[in-house]
Amino acid sequence: MKSAVIVFPGSNCDRDVAVALEQVTGRKPNMVWHKESDLPADTDFIALPGGFSYGDYLRSGAMAARSPIMRAVKEAAGRGVPLIGICNGFQVLTEAGLLPGALMRNAALSFVCRPVSLRVENSQSLFTAQYDSGETVVFPVAHHDGNYQADEATLDRLEGQGRVAFRYLDEVNGSARRIAGILNDAGNVLGLMPHPERVVEPAHGGTDGRRLFEGLLETVS
Amino acid sequence: MKARVFVTLKTGVLDPQGKAIHHALEGLGFSGVNDVRAGKLIELDLADGTTSSDIEDMCRKLLANTVIENFRIERLEDA
Repeated sequence: MKSAVIVFPGSNCDRDVAVALEQVTGRKPNMVWHKESDLPADTDFIALPGGFSYGDYLRSGAMAARSPIMRAVKEAAGRGVPLIGICNGFQVLTEAGLLPGALMRNAALSFVCRPVSLRVENSQSLFTAQYDSGETVVFPVAHHDGNYQADEATLDRLEGQGRVAFRYLDEVNGSARRIAGILNDAGNVLGLMPHPERVVEPAHGGTDGRRLFEGLLETVS
Repeated sequence: MKARVFVTLKTGVLDPQGKAIHHALEGLGFSGVNDVRAGKLIELDLADGTTSSDIEDMCRKLLANTVIENFRIERLEDA
């Protein structure tokens, strides 16, 4: 698997994703600076990492979504290359129009930083194939703007098409229908607020995130 | 020329920041506040000849997220 991790100014989970990917796939990902206009040839997986790109100026993810590299990322996603956006990466995906809806300030206004329980709602996607449908997993969250909102018609469509990948078991940030992660229409783009890359080895306190990357490895290579 | 862009949350979109401001105002003893919505004001200094549709384009492409926000443009000619 030839993966690329996009690095924006203010990304701070880029190395976490890189370590997780290297551990699972045995190959170091290419770290691609946001000013680049092309992805390395034959990139077959792209990750937009967590962090606070551009200091969350204007809106979380707004500036990063308009970076030069995003043109190549959109083009690759359009060709079906798997693309994951974690935390700030999810915000970038909604701002870039690759996923519907928006991530707003947490309803309680406080930064939420703790492990949360999630239900795997769709175990058929290329990101979740190693999980059981309805299974509970624990991933950490660390965000201020994770309150997922979309209009009712969009939410109904996401639910109806099985595009809600992960749902919080308990109230975390005010997200509509407790949505934690969603897929695009084609199923090759996943955005989620919780951090699977922070639970890949026992020393992390859990390994529930590891199967997401293992599943990708199996599908992609 | 200059222009001002007002970005506001759409009606019905929950505004936690507005709520917090509302509570703080009440805490200061201002009891007559029915609701508070927080938005942004963006001031643009633009080349002469920038059209309204150019500014609208800026709003749609970056300044506002039209999923959750509305925008209003105020042109200040020769200001």
